[in-house]
Amino acid sequence: MAKLEVEITVNGEQHKLKVGSQERLLDTLRDELKLTGTKEGCSVGECGACTVIVDDQAVNSCLVLTAQVDGSEIITVEGLESKSGLHPLQKAFIEKQAVQCGFCTPGMLMSALALLNTNPTPTKEEIKTALEGNLCRCTGYQQIIDAVEMAAEEWGV
Amino acid sequence: MAFKHVNKGVRRVDAYEKVTGKAKFGADLEFANMLHAKVLRTEYPHAEIEKIETAAAEGMPGVRGVFTAKDIPNNLFGVIVQDQQVLADKKVLLAGDGVAMAVAETEAQAAAALEKIKVEYRELEGVFDPLESRKEGALKLHPEKDDNQVIHHPLRKGDVKKGFAEADVILEREYTTQFIEHSYLEPEAVVVVPNEENHLVSVYGSIQNPYATRNAVSAVLEVELAEVRVIQNHIGGSFGGKDEVVSAMAARAAVMALKTGRPVKMVNSREESFTESYKRHPYHLTYKIGATKEGKLTAMEIAAVADSGGYACQTPFVTWRSVVQATGPYEVENVKTDTYGYYTNNPYTGAMRGYGSPQVIFAQESLMDELAAELGLEPVELRKRNMYSQGSVTASGQKLERHTVSLNEVMSKAMEAIDYKKKYEEYSREQPGDKKKGIGLSISFRGCSLGAEAIDAAASVIQINKDGSVAVYSGLAENGQGLKTIFSQIAAEVLGVPMSEVEFKELDTSFTPDSGSTVASRATLIGGNAIKDAAEKLKGRIMDFAAGKYDFKIDQLELKDGFLYDGQGNRLATFADLTGEMGNTGILMSAYGWYKSPPISWDEEKGSGNPYFTYVYGCQIAEVEVDTGTGELSVLNMAAAHDVGRAINPENVKGQIYGGVMMGLGYGIMEELEVRDGVIQGTNFHDYMIPTIKDMPDIKPVIVENPDPDGPFGAKSIGEPTLELGSAAIANAVAHASGRRIRSLPLNLERVLIGRALHKGGK
Repeated sequence: MAKLEVEITVNGEQHKLKVGSQERLLDTLRDELKLTGTKEGCSVGECGACTVIVDDQAVNSCLVLTAQVDGSEIITVEGLESKSGLHPLQKAFIEKQAVQCGFCTPGMLMSALALLNTNPTPTKEEIKTALEGNLCRCTGYQQIIDAVEMAAEEWGV
Repeated sequence: MAFKHVNKGVRRVDAYEKVTGKAKFGADLEFANMLHAKVLRTEYPHAEIEKIETAAAEGMPGVRGVFTAKDIPNNLFGVIVQDQQVLADKKVLLAGDGVAMAVAETEAQAAAALEKIKVEYRELEGVFDPLESRKEGALKLHPEKDDNQVIHHPLRKGDVKKGFAEADVILEREYTTQFIEHSYLEPEAVVVVPNEENHLVSVYGSIQNPYATRNAVSAVLEVELAEVRVIQNHIGGSFGGKDEVVSAMAARAAVMALKTGRPVKMVNSREESFTESYKRHPYHLTYKIGATKEGKLTAMEIAAVADSGGYACQTPFVTWRSVVQATGPYEVENVKTDTYGYYTNNPYTGAMRGYGSPQVIFAQESLMDELAAELGLEPVELRKRNMYSQGSVTASGQKLERHTVSLNEVMSKAMEAIDYKKKYEEYSREQPGDKKKGIGLSISFRGCSLGAEAIDAAASVIQINKDGSVAVYSGLAENGQGLKTIFSQIAAEVLGVPMSEVEFKELDTSFTPDSGSTVASRATLIGGNAIKDAAEKLKGRIMDFAAGKYDFKIDQLELKDGFLYDGQGNRLATFADLTGEMGNTGILMSAYGWYKSPPISWDEEKGSGNPYFTYVYGCQIAEVEVDTGTGELSVLNMAAAHDVGRAINPENVKGQIYGGVMMGLGYGIMEELEVRDGVIQGTNFHDYMIPTIKDMPDIKPVIVENPDPDGPFGAKSIGEPTLELGSAAIANAVAHASGRRIRSLPLNLERVLIGRALHKGGK
């Protein structure tokens, strides 16, 4: 099968890749770039564990072909921590005990990041809408909402 | 008692790895030269295998081997009954049984090879209802057994005939519950590496119970336990679900790793996970209850029939917990209970959070409200007249006296948290329009830990390094619930060091002694005591040494915040200097911890004895709104009060409550794995709905603390109790709102609107 050349920026780093026409962004991230923080939970866009940010939008990377995002800027959970330390969302997830098994956490963080990037002062309902596509079986969601609210407060500062 | 680390909402010790994507789960693992494998599963719920042709598959690109049951040294395994096939040999017993497996250079190549395997089946009649399976003359599914019965647990107390004769009111009711999928977000994944570090096989992956998996792999390979090493990685949820299904996966991968001499990785897709994994048991429950007109219970007669599916799996123990909890937390003089499990050709059923309690609690707490209505009593009043208090005697004859019986406290605190009384009165009046509100509650007692199922003991190892850092190892496993944090807190508390000095290490079965499985909400109680034991042994050595060195009496010295203090608040040494010096003088700075539960007893014939050494008590209340025109049900608020003995980490306890309440809500109102003639209808999350963030009610967690004399710092259990109460509370609230009593789970749209399910065979 012919390979397609794509150029994507992932967590600030540029990559020139040759990918199959059917290769999912999720596989490119996990298998090619070894960014295994992004998780595969259902492969059909129902659970949100594979959520990453593509050009400021939270997307299920299991539903996106890598060839479709040629030229895009992508952020994964590995891109949150910087030299200056943990991202406010990461700090808030730790502080509010919003993590249990941790498998949904990367996707939750990405959906929350996409929300706060466009709406730094979300209401509780807006947070719920932004995270509606991310399933969590452990936490019952309350402490995740608490964490996003806490991060939003820090965002404002 | 003032604590430094215990009883505090300390941050999770594994949170950093998990928020940065650094945490490695089973599917994230890679080893040099690694192969990938896939399993071919049957679509037939019951069939004889006449022929399997693998030659074409073996010749496919990248394929390194194709294997069937004949390649498995010992094809049967199981925690309780060894009747589960690693790969189906002569017969498939459920749709989803593996029949062959292929290993290849890539996962896609392995999957392509499966397409080329030809299996010829002779389809057999199936049995899909445990009530049919138990009938005389029913088709026998395991020919070597006398009939299809997996287990029968009787319990007899007093004389039910006499009890019913004394009753003014007698109710007889039937309730049913559904198949439930665990729905852990991470599908099962393992990697087996051959001949590593002097082990025949090393098993890595998302393994709930490393020792159970080691037992299975060693039994299947017919090698000694010491040759099998299981190392647990981060696990993406389990809820009881990553036991036998992962053991089977590990055993298969181990066979292939030895055949090929290369590491073999297996990762289930969500569809494969749904198809092959075991479920929560559906129950058919019949209850007969008698009471005087004053509302005093005189007799209960209970029969519960559980669908075990194709294998026994954990049915014998799941139904045992049901028999202990079947009457609920009520004093009843005369009880006759029978719980059964039967084989069918349905998906097999095993451990899932609650473990035989959510089913009986749904029935028995619904029944209490039905009885209250019949007697003209308020639900709370009927419960108060019958529920356990200090010194009460249970159905099995156990006197509740060793711990605090706090039912009244949990019930009052839950009622207060949700403003029950006012709402109950308000919603009991006529409500205009289609939308009607209601409020309902349920209460439970729950035996902590394994009880009389098995020996109940656990181990730990603590090492103090020369720089004062503390390494903690436990034989019980983190499942996402927070065990690493709780155990680290206990170690830090005893040793008087900051949390930052404590490092919790991964579970490796070749290092830490077998501690049984991380099940039955036993980790904090049993494992926590083992951690405390090791830490106290080391503390004893440190104090002896310090007393000699500084010429103080031991009781004048104190370890706190990483320092040794004299009785006057003066620092004598740092923990690091002191323990480093001890190490340098040849004192052993490691200790094994061990804890074995106090004695328990059970007479299997009469169903009597002291099945658990302590219990926890809980109350959950649901406030709902029912649209009687459309059947739409909204759970608005829930309160959950749980006596945990002592909350080692209150924030973690709250996390357990929120999560358990939501899982109970899913059980109560939306989740149902539809199984038609043995075949699961819908094997992903668009067919099987679990609660999303939009389904959340406002949840009020209430932590009640009555320290238990046998718990570490008084702590008991929280994981499972949070899940078992919700469905009954919601059903009671729906009946309160709409007048419609629903006796089958889940309370979905059609049941709320017309009182029955619309799908084929639905009740």
